[in-house]
Amino acid sequence: MTERLAILKTYKLYIGGKFPRTESNRYYQVTSAKGKLLANASRGSRKDIRDAVVAARKAFSDWSGRSAFNRGQILYRAAEMLESHAQTFIDEIMAITGKTKKQAGDEVTASIDRLVWYAGWADKYMQLFSTVNPVATKYWNFTYPEPTGVVGIICPDEMPLLGMVSKVAPAVVSGNTCVVIASETNPLTPITFSEVIATSDFPGGVINIITGFKSELCGPLATHMDVNAIDYSGQDEKTISSLQEAAATNVKRVVIRRTPHGNDWLGDTSQSPYWIEPLVEMKTAWHPVGS
Amino acid sequence: MFQTTIDHVGVEERAAKLGQRSIKAATKVQGIKLALSMIDLTTLEGKDSAGKVRAMCQKAKHPLPGNSEVPHVAAVCVYPNMITVAKQALAGTDINIAAVATGFPSGQYPLDIKLNDVRSAVNLGADEIDMVIDRGAFLSGHLSKVADEIALVKEACGAAHLKVILETAELETYDNIRKASWLSMEAGADFIKTSTGKLSQAATLPITLVMLEAIRDYWYETGKVIGMKPAGGIRTSKDAMKYLVLVKETLGDVWLTPHYFRFGASTLTNDLLMQLTKEMTGMYQSVDYFTVD
Repeated sequence: MTERLAILKTYKLYIGGKFPRTESNRYYQVTSAKGKLLANASRGSRKDIRDAVVAARKAFSDWSGRSAFNRGQILYRAAEMLESHAQTFIDEIMAITGKTKKQAGDEVTASIDRLVWYAGWADKYMQLFSTVNPVATKYWNFTYPEPTGVVGIICPDEMPLLGMVSKVAPAVVSGNTCVVIASETNPLTPITFSEVIATSDFPGGVINIITGFKSELCGPLATHMDVNAIDYSGQDEKTISSLQEAAATNVKRVVIRRTPHGNDWLGDTSQSPYWIEPLVEMKTAWHPVGS
Repeated sequence: MFQTTIDHVGVEERAAKLGQRSIKAATKVQGIKLALSMIDLTTLEGKDSAGKVRAMCQKAKHPLPGNSEVPHVAAVCVYPNMITVAKQALAGTDINIAAVATGFPSGQYPLDIKLNDVRSAVNLGADEIDMVIDRGAFLSGHLSKVADEIALVKEACGAAHLKVILETAELETYDNIRKASWLSMEAGADFIKTSTGKLSQAATLPITLVMLEAIRDYWYETGKVIGMKPAGGIRTSKDAMKYLVLVKETLGDVWLTPHYFRFGASTLTNDLLMQLTKEMTGMYQSVDYFTVD
């Protein structure tokens, strides 16, 4: 018998539930910690961002209209899928980052647990953030959170899987849809994770993942008038200020997280219902009561 | 020429090929502005009200408030009941008022009612009449009935321009579309138009190509310049650019004016405005910041 040919994966983008190549036909090389070429990743362009925002906007009314329970189920399903593919992710993270098996395993386990953790919050965050407000007239006045809309997420370069899961889960649990710019230094794991998303009942377009150079992608995402919030994690002050400036054009919500950093991502401090809260809009209703 | 058969595969391939042109920044801006100036801004719904028509007329005059470089649209297209409202709202502009008549959208009314419909619309102030042909008669082979009706409607139009709607989706074949185009032009159409917009299948590139080629052949034979109006289903700037390329390649620059080419559309306007704003600001736009149609 002849030797089998190696099957090398083509890492594409994830937009609208499909895996298209980048519109620009460009790529960049991803190397292992030791400098060995691992794969070519898609070098996305502003037009990929545009397509992803269109897909996210289209998915919004369905996703935000789902019951909280259903969104929780789907997040839990993603955790199930990630669990059953854990080894793939461990191998990939080890190959790219040079982490030990233990370190990679910890990242994957923490990612699975984080999905489950936010799945649980799906039908609970609203109770936490809603209020009944005392008013001086005969009204029942109450405030409750609604999803913001399309959220642009810029992932940290470190912890390519956990960093992304920790950002995406709190954004989509409340009914937002998102366009994610993945880790630039390790774009392979996020694209492999999109296979988990694609098989876990997330409707196409709820989570869209673009890989490429942040210097090219952040601008078009942050200035896009159809994006309602920008959520950044990292420490690059230049990017932070340019995001803040660009987001001002249509007064997007801007969330900047300089922490967690390094191994802090693994801990309980990097998951909180207060990661859900900045990505919802508070709505107040005045309901007439009695005589 | 009347009976030329259409090469089904050829026409679809040619339309697809011409739709692949890459149009870059400066040209795109020019194309978008041209397309805007060619729009028949349309509202043809049972729920149309005076308020809606007035709002639409305002948009027709100033598609992008605050930017004087953006041209106004060519015409507004309304039901006869709304002509008076539109006329008031558009007073002092050179935007035409197009009214649908002859028992739009089906055309299944007795001839005298159709003619009265046309005359009354013209009396109310319509500059252009969009008539529908009797597709039933056409498909049953009563071509002279269809032609006679068009001729009589043309006569009833007086000075008003006549656009003849073929409702291509109901004509079944490209051959029929070619035949109906030719027949309409011979009977006195100033424009031929693809669709009412009331069916899910509306204007497509191949259908438009067939009609444009009919216009070209008619021009070769008679020297008369007939206009073209694809309507329905054209929603994006990208689509609009494809149609402009098709016109340019099939007929040439003479037709690339609102006098001889129109888009029957409503949602297309906002997409053109969004793309134009995108080219001006460099930022991708959102429908949230443009008027609701």
